Amino acid sequence: MSNKTKGQKIKLTLPIEEVMSPGHLACQGCGATLALRYTLKALGRKTIMSIPACCWSVIDGPFPYSAAGVPIYHCAFETAASTASGISHALAQLGQDNVTALAWAGDGGTFDIGLQALSGAAERGDNVIYIVYDNEAYMNTGIQRSSATPHGAWTTTTPVKHYKRGPKKNIMAIMAAHHVPYCATANIAYPEDFIRKVKKAKNIMGTKFIHLYAPCPTGWKHPPDITIQVARLATLTNVFPLYEIDNDVYTINKKIQKAKPVSEYLKLQGRFRHLSEKEVQFIQRTVDQNWKRLLKLEEAFRNEKN
Amino acid sequence: MKANPRDVFTGTYYIDGDVAAAYGALAAGCKFLGGYPITPSTEAAEAFARKAPYVGAQFIQMEDELGSIASVLGASWSGKKSMTITSGPGYSLMMENIGLGAAMEIPFVIINIQRSGPSTGVPTSTGQADIMQSKWGANGDYEVIALAPESPQESFDFAIKAFNLAERYRVPVMFMADECVGHMTEKVVIPDASEIEVEPRRFYQGKKEEYIPYRRDQDLVPPIVKAGDGYHLYITGLTHDERGYPLLDHRSLPKIEKAKVIHKKSTNPYLVDKIRKNKDEIIEMQEDHLEDAEVVIVSYGITSRVAYRAFEQARQEGIKVGMLRLITVWPFPDDRIAELAKKVKGFVVPEINYGQIVFEVDRCSHGKANTILVPHGGASVHKPDDILGAIKKIVKDNKKYEQVIEYTTTLEKTIFKGSLTEKIKK
Repeated sequence: MSNKTKGQKIKLTLPIEEVMSPGHLACQGCGATLALRYTLKALGRKTIMSIPACCWSVIDGPFPYSAAGVPIYHCAFETAASTASGISHALAQLGQDNVTALAWAGDGGTFDIGLQALSGAAERGDNVIYIVYDNEAYMNTGIQRSSATPHGAWTTTTPVKHYKRGPKKNIMAIMAAHHVPYCATANIAYPEDFIRKVKKAKNIMGTKFIHLYAPCPTGWKHPPDITIQVARLATLTNVFPLYEIDNDVYTINKKIQKAKPVSEYLKLQGRFRHLSEKEVQFIQRTVDQNWKRLLKLEEAFRNEKN
Repeated sequence: MKANPRDVFTGTYYIDGDVAAAYGALAAGCKFLGGYPITPSTEAAEAFARKAPYVGAQFIQMEDELGSIASVLGASWSGKKSMTITSGPGYSLMMENIGLGAAMEIPFVIINIQRSGPSTGVPTSTGQADIMQSKWGANGDYEVIALAPESPQESFDFAIKAFNLAERYRVPVMFMADECVGHMTEKVVIPDASEIEVEPRRFYQGKKEEYIPYRRDQDLVPPIVKAGDGYHLYITGLTHDERGYPLLDHRSLPKIEKAKVIHKKSTNPYLVDKIRKNKDEIIEMQEDHLEDAEVVIVSYGITSRVAYRAFEQARQEGIKVGMLRLITVWPFPDDRIAELAKKVKGFVVPEINYGQIVFEVDRCSHGKANTILVPHGGASVHKPDDILGAIKKIVKDNKKYEQVIEYTTTLEKTIFKGSLTEKIKK
């Protein structure tokens, strides 16, 4: 995949229609707003969203200023996936086959409190698209750690004196272990790739999962004008590689020829400012290991792809 | 016992009620907080997380509220004073484990900074609508203690009180602050450790081989042991006998006998009795000018501060008003209300809900006095004028009402009368 695009200029292939409108309540430089904007470009207006407590439950805005442009079901915190399950079953019974049930949750509502619901939906194979926009902490309540918070990060509940130790939960591996028909990682800095994945997911029956990387300037303590830069660096440093798992077959969508050192990514963000050189090296090692593992996973299924 | 000086951050602070509650819990000797972020209580968890490393306490952030409360039960049963913090929807998720904690008689504290509800409600604004839930939330019969602070200073004081009561009676204690108190920043004085009275955990002192987990003292509260003491314990949420084992020897009995066995052998009756029979010790309230009062304002939490203004205005106008502020909302001061009902014209009950405690007041007055509810839909506090209006209504009407009546507030008149829809049309 990556060899094909090598050296070519990528044409802008984003759909022109803007389903999400301006005038939302997000902070400046919010990654989550771009995330939904691209998602709805891909899914179109025939979409019903279930949103648990997360930034987007606020971003959308009060009546009459709804920014999303599609119907929203603001569900209880732990039930994004279950609610979408119910919606999708009702849609099927009503014969509304062209409407997509989208569960749209943050990392807390997916990695932590919503995991049980997500696992249930995935195991039953309910026909929903689940997109987690991951900003690596509970940003809506004011930057508390979640199990998506990476090693070394500061949050208000993991202050510098006892900053988060231990890796981020590997949600993709969890979803892969459910053998769902399709799951993928995506990054708001690579909208073409992201939109392609959402469109692909839309045309697959069963539970589809997309792990979307969406920086939060407020929580990550970086200037709001470099959100895309930070997001792009996450992929360029292999901190957040782009890959998809299509019926258990791994494909890496973006292979970096020479990955940048993670320090370039970390130094842009205030939440990592306290880290020592040794810690940065540790993070680099973990990232390298994860990348190697991913390459092996892709290799393991190479034959099946052909 | 006095507080441990290491746990007490003595000084004069300018902090909000959430932070004060966290400091209070630490001062009371709380060593474990299993929490989950939820507005408007998160500041308490954050403050606890900041201070925990300095006092040998631990904060862990759980994956959800079920995890929070369950970890608290585990930590407390193992021997450490423990608490969790939450608000509305999180509190609802905790209910099953509150029932479990009550059945197992585990001492713990829940700091519930009430938002306006139901469901997600208005997370950043105030409400007092979880009061009934705090007593009746879980299935089955059990009693809890609930406290309602009215200021950040009381937040600190009552957090200590909450732990003391939890340890004293081995019950869940609900710290029912409202968002106003939680987010209000005021002067808080944290005294020296030598001035803070702390109830130590009542560990079992007798012979090891004679220990029976739920054998009660004369005050109906069984002493407790901790992990590492070498006891082999079995505790369960199944109805159990005083040994802690599930009560199964009634299975073959006919139904009427079954009921007798459960009543006589199980710990169930004690779950209510230990609170009801000790209620005179537990109940605390603040009384003001009740001696000559014709009308009594019954209030709790932030509402009592608003009510105090109405009280002062009414007194200036020559109306004989008294104040009764509930410090412990549960157990409810039935006897005191019944006693007052005999000599006053009526009770005015302002609450930031559509009527909860008002019906308790009405129940206890046994039809001898009028009861007026001054409801409030949440998101802000009453206007003192509304409470004053209700007081005047009782005095003016000077008759017996058939039932609890609602006083229509100025808030409703000014805000809700069509103004919103008209605006939208324009």
